[in-house]
Amino acid sequence: MEAVLFFAAALGALAGAIGVVALRNPFYGVLALIVHLFSLAVLFLLLESAFVAAAQVVVYAGAVMVLYAFVVAYVGGETEPAFDPIPGQRFLAPLLGAALFVELSIAVLGSSLVALGTEGPDVKAGFGDPVGIGKLLLERFLLPFEASSILLLLAAVGAVVLAGKRGEA
Amino acid sequence: MNVEWYVVLSSLLFAIGAMGILVRRSPIVILLCLELMLNAGNLALVAFSRMVGNQQGQVFAIVVMVVAACEVVVGLGLIVALFRRKLPLDVDALRELRG
Repeated sequence: MEAVLFFAAALGALAGAIGVVALRNPFYGVLALIVHLFSLAVLFLLLESAFVAAAQVVVYAGAVMVLYAFVVAYVGGETEPAFDPIPGQRFLAPLLGAALFVELSIAVLGSSLVALGTEGPDVKAGFGDPVGIGKLLLERFLLPFEASSILLLLAAVGAVVLAGKRGEA
Repeated sequence: MNVEWYVVLSSLLFAIGAMGILVRRSPIVILLCLELMLNAGNLALVAFSRMVGNQQGQVFAIVVMVVAACEVVVGLGLIVALFRRKLPLDVDALRELRG
């Protein structure tokens, strides 16, 4: 059952990713990314991290993707022209991508992590629930938590400065 | 399922995202491909967290989500600013800073 779910979600994630890269219309790309994010949430659930999965669906597939959809609608989702500015780009890029995949796989699988090839240790029932994550965030990782809140504030101010009306002058 | 499967899937997704950044020219799609790469990293972090059996990797993944949200906001702000100045939304046409 777990294997079936894993392969279904992995196929969904791969299909979404390939859709983002291959579809010419940016709006369809956004929709493909939503499929990808939902599949990843299923994978997170299989890895016993319920809170990250919930945040993935609510924050990512919900809020962030709505932002993308709005900007695509505002800018106008025109399809890309098909000319090739760098000769051979369309052949070279998949080659480089494949090389990167092989390299990353070798780097990770060749590392001497003891848990490779196992399913990981047995975990307690509450592994990855909001209680545990919240405790970690507010005790051990309090400083990164506050720093990320400042980062969010800066990003919001920056976006207003970048895209605001005054920038037109 | 072995944890290896998740890690290999994550590196495959990362490679697809990197390939997309190399191939595409619309800045919006390049941001979408960046999201693909960040999420591949998240998948690896959560898989490693499961492998080790403690939750700290999941906190990392949440922080990565925060950073991704910031990146999206600033990137989309830049795209809207480009659009308002009637500049072409094509990273190959925007080459003034390229020396």
